[in-house]
Amino acid sequence: MTTETHALGPHDPLPARPGPDPEAGASIWRLAARRLRRNPGALVGATIIVLFVLVALLAPVLAPYDGQALPGRAQIRPTYIPGPSADHLLGLDRFGGDLLSKLIWGARASLTIGVLSTLLGLAGGLLLGVLAGAFGGWVDMATMRLVDLVLSVPSLLLAVSIAAVIGQSPRAVVIAIGAVQVPVFARLLRGTMLAQRGQEYVLAARSLGLTRRTVTMSHVLPNSLGPVIVQATLMLATAVIEAAALSFLGLGGGSPTTAEWGRMLTVAQNELEVAPRLALWPGACIAVTALGFTLFGEALREALDPKTRTR
Amino acid sequence: MLRLVLQRLALLVPTLLGLSVLLFLWVRALPGGPATALLGERATPAEVARVNALYGFDRPLPEQYLTWLGQLLQGNFGVSTRTGTPVLQEFWLRFPATIELTLMALLFAVGVGIPLGYLAARHQGRALDHVTVGVSLLGVTIPVFFLAFLLKWVFAVQLGLLPSAGRLSSSMIATHPTNFYVLDGLLTREWDAAWDALQHLVLPAVALGSIPLAIIARITRASVIEVQNADYVRTARAKGLRPSRLRRRVVLRNAMLPVATTIGLQVGLLLSGAVLTETVFAFNGIGSFLATAIFSLDYAVLQGFILFIAVIYALANLAVDVSYGLIDPRMRAR
Repeated sequence: MTTETHALGPHDPLPARPGPDPEAGASIWRLAARRLRRNPGALVGATIIVLFVLVALLAPVLAPYDGQALPGRAQIRPTYIPGPSADHLLGLDRFGGDLLSKLIWGARASLTIGVLSTLLGLAGGLLLGVLAGAFGGWVDMATMRLVDLVLSVPSLLLAVSIAAVIGQSPRAVVIAIGAVQVPVFARLLRGTMLAQRGQEYVLAARSLGLTRRTVTMSHVLPNSLGPVIVQATLMLATAVIEAAALSFLGLGGGSPTTAEWGRMLTVAQNELEVAPRLALWPGACIAVTALGFTLFGEALREALDPKTRTR
Repeated sequence: MLRLVLQRLALLVPTLLGLSVLLFLWVRALPGGPATALLGERATPAEVARVNALYGFDRPLPEQYLTWLGQLLQGNFGVSTRTGTPVLQEFWLRFPATIELTLMALLFAVGVGIPLGYLAARHQGRALDHVTVGVSLLGVTIPVFFLAFLLKWVFAVQLGLLPSAGRLSSSMIATHPTNFYVLDGLLTREWDAAWDALQHLVLPAVALGSIPLAIIARITRASVIEVQNADYVRTARAKGLRPSRLRRRVVLRNAMLPVATTIGLQVGLLLSGAVLTETVFAFNGIGSFLATAIFSLDYAVLQGFILFIAVIYALANLAVDVSYGLIDPRMRAR
């Protein structure tokens, strides 16, 4: 056996390329995922989201009582609401409901409304945005004028007006908040699609003989989705807050004992002097959930487009 | 400059016309239609028919719309079905309260937000900067009505420093020529009334202004940081411009454009938030009136107020465009 160097045989390992580039050949999404994992904000946000989603999903298992149950009704006095105890870790509410159980069931109600309304807004916005961005011309004009018109009313007032027409129910809240989001998504998607249309790869695809529809649907649209996904994540925070606001105003229907964060705050405002914790807990839940979605959304934005990072 | 203002005002016309069509159709979509909204759900068909004939709800839709539009243009916004008073009268009674509240909130947001963002940018990476970033993050995630609760609980209930509800103490007797209570107190030289009204404004204004404050601080910070690193700032520094002058005339001025846009965008947020804040603080403005109007389906009030608010919103955006011209001379030339 000699130690002299020899030419590479077919079974020898290939020498490592000089200066390995970890970002070479990776897709935007994989790069984004890598940046996301390094971002502490993303981790905190994701942890909060996962936690609340788990609580919402496992509500029947986690909650000591049913959301509507009033296990402590006998202990309630007009000037006294029992605080935390072994039976009721966070104490009781005005009607004798277990605060912890209501918060847990409330997570389910609030997150469901938030997610459903954002999905609705996203679907509507995608439809209108693609319509405007793909067809251009008068379709674009008409869609965008309508979008401008709807955006000329402050969002909460718009949601309130819509909920007033549909009636007072969680369904009305979902539709109202979703409808308010439609113009935001539509305008965003149209804008990014228009910017993409001028790109060289579109020209290349067109000159290869692909139809306009194919280019729009399988090239321009997927490339325009990044900002929309970021916006949707941030919008989940807004949706949870606005859902709570509509319920707070009483548009979510149900009774005063309904386990929903916004509704719980409505009742709690009369007990501010007797039991402030009744307002603090649901309020904190709304704020923390919104914080989770906001942190994750911001991190996602930075990951997809490092240039936008707020230094 | 004048041309810009006129152009923008002209653009307002189609927007408002479009909005009036939407609002008109919206009232017709209300459960039971306008007649039921007027009479309540227990109305008999005969009563409904009578009201329909009386108010012309049985006429063809385009005709109804034109009639309604004509009335609007004459300043007739209909009568509140709940209180029986003309909408316009209710509006003049409550509108000043909301304007007072939103102006105070905006003042607080701008007055604290811009310096905070600016200082954070100048001391980037240090404690003040981290605090500002944290505050601006919290500001966008706390629901305005919850913040209102917190402030009310801490400063009114626990500490008893400020009044918790209303616009004026019930013991205070004052005259109100304009319905802007602070202004009234100053005009009539009832200083204690002005002071009392001002105290009632503090908590709602801080609650309402906090979210815009967070957003303004954040944008100011980002904008100042960007301008600080711009080439023209380095050039200005290199040619020996005094630092104080550099900061005021070059950095701050150039950084203000995105901030002006942001402030304009906050007006919608303020008007939305006013509904919630006024409800929590029992502040008798258009916000809390609107909240009650929703439940009684007081459609004339809703219709009129949404139009009013859209006009204010549009005018605020106009003001932002004009402020561009003031900040950036290049915009004036266009």
